[in-house]
Amino acid sequence: MSVAVRVIPCLDVDAGRVVKGVKFEGLRDAGDPVELAKRYNLAGADELTFLDVTASSSDRETTFDVVRQTAEQVFIPLTVGGGVRTVEDVDRLLRAGADKASINTAAVARPEVISAITDRFGSQVLVLSLDARRSEDPALPSGFEVTTHGGRTGTGIDAIEWAREAAHRGVGEILLNSIDADGTKEGFDLEMIRAVRAAVDVPLIASGGAGAPEDFPPAIAAGADAVLAASIFHFGPVDMIARVKQAIRDAGFAVR
Amino acid sequence: MASPRVTVLDYGSGNIRSAVRALEHVGADVTLSSDARDVSEADGLLVPGVGAFAAVMDALKKVGGLQKIGRRVAGGRPVLGICVGHQIFFDEGVEHGVRTAGMGEWPGTVERLQADVVPHMGWNTVETPADTVLFDGIEDERFYFVHSYGVQKWEFDVTQPKMRPPQVTWSTHGTRFIAGVENGPLSAVQFHPEKSGDAGLQLLKNWLGTL
Repeated sequence: MSVAVRVIPCLDVDAGRVVKGVKFEGLRDAGDPVELAKRYNLAGADELTFLDVTASSSDRETTFDVVRQTAEQVFIPLTVGGGVRTVEDVDRLLRAGADKASINTAAVARPEVISAITDRFGSQVLVLSLDARRSEDPALPSGFEVTTHGGRTGTGIDAIEWAREAAHRGVGEILLNSIDADGTKEGFDLEMIRAVRAAVDVPLIASGGAGAPEDFPPAIAAGADAVLAASIFHFGPVDMIARVKQAIRDAGFAVR
Repeated sequence: MASPRVTVLDYGSGNIRSAVRALEHVGADVTLSSDARDVSEADGLLVPGVGAFAAVMDALKKVGGLQKIGRRVAGGRPVLGICVGHQIFFDEGVEHGVRTAGMGEWPGTVERLQADVVPHMGWNTVETPADTVLFDGIEDERFYFVHSYGVQKWEFDVTQPKMRPPQVTWSTHGTRFIAGVENGPLSAVQFHPEKSGDAGLQLLKNWLGTL
């Protein structure tokens, strides 16, 4: 008897539409994030993550609408990331119906924003989105570097040190995305998961590299409490969430 | 049959929109308010709560919430607490060494969970009592928890005369902790029924059935 491994589909939302493409059969409008959120909920998703990839502020308003509509119809936890910079941003997302906000670039630039947010809303509300890649830089003790802007910009900050600091400052959870593994479909970056797991005791969500259901159990064995993926769910068969959960269950871990 | 009227206590707690929508979804007529009349006249009062124990107690005091809740409980009128809104019904909360008095409806201290991974975040199973009403039909389901603190001992004095002992539901994360209490008109759950999918909606429906 223990808390179940969470399986979390991630939807990239741009101007109110899901991007990265979704190819569900039988879904009339596959690009509608609210419809897709409902679909994933029915399919057994344990939580949903929206990543707001819009650039303009008017498009960002649309994202709030999407969050609002989703929260009215889907009664599982909803995390929203992308463009979260301030306490006010988090406040607005929570008011729209999000349960958690994820933060990346703004926390790297101003780490004190972490405690400003968690002092007000509690640790459970803030997810540190940590995009990390391997680096040869001898100044990085762990060999993993924090990146921003979707992995394009290196920061020279050690990813493991940053995970530890962010947890100390109050984030309730870490979403670890391996830039090296992302998009490869060759499995999660187990070494990176183990390194972050050893450094923090907040829940760890692994992301990046999932290509098949059997890729998931090793990530959990390496220390992930939850697994997040996009393409495998968007492009896979409609029962992919169930297949992933079966693979996790077969490996001896609890799922819902 | 008229819809049961539920007031969700509005005292500045985080995301309460979900609680309102979930109650509406299972047929309640919901008002979001801290007004004394709305609180006392509703068929049921829902007390939400996220964040720190001390902050929740402070925020409740600012809207006169403790008296308003206390009056309902004293009058035998149904109240359901959720998450920190569950914790505040115990004697006290201890966070970072600071003790804060709770409402003291039940004995016990809200303390940090001793587990490898904290917060306890995600879907967990529960051990329900035989006579549960809240968990009727959903005893084997998982519910969504998000918390770092909990009550790990139940020391209710069942030798008190003429008291029907409260029904206690447990869960485990590192240590065993109280996941729910059903005590006459006063019920509370540590997890988030409004975020626990169909099982959570059923629990809210079960509660509405008692109003």
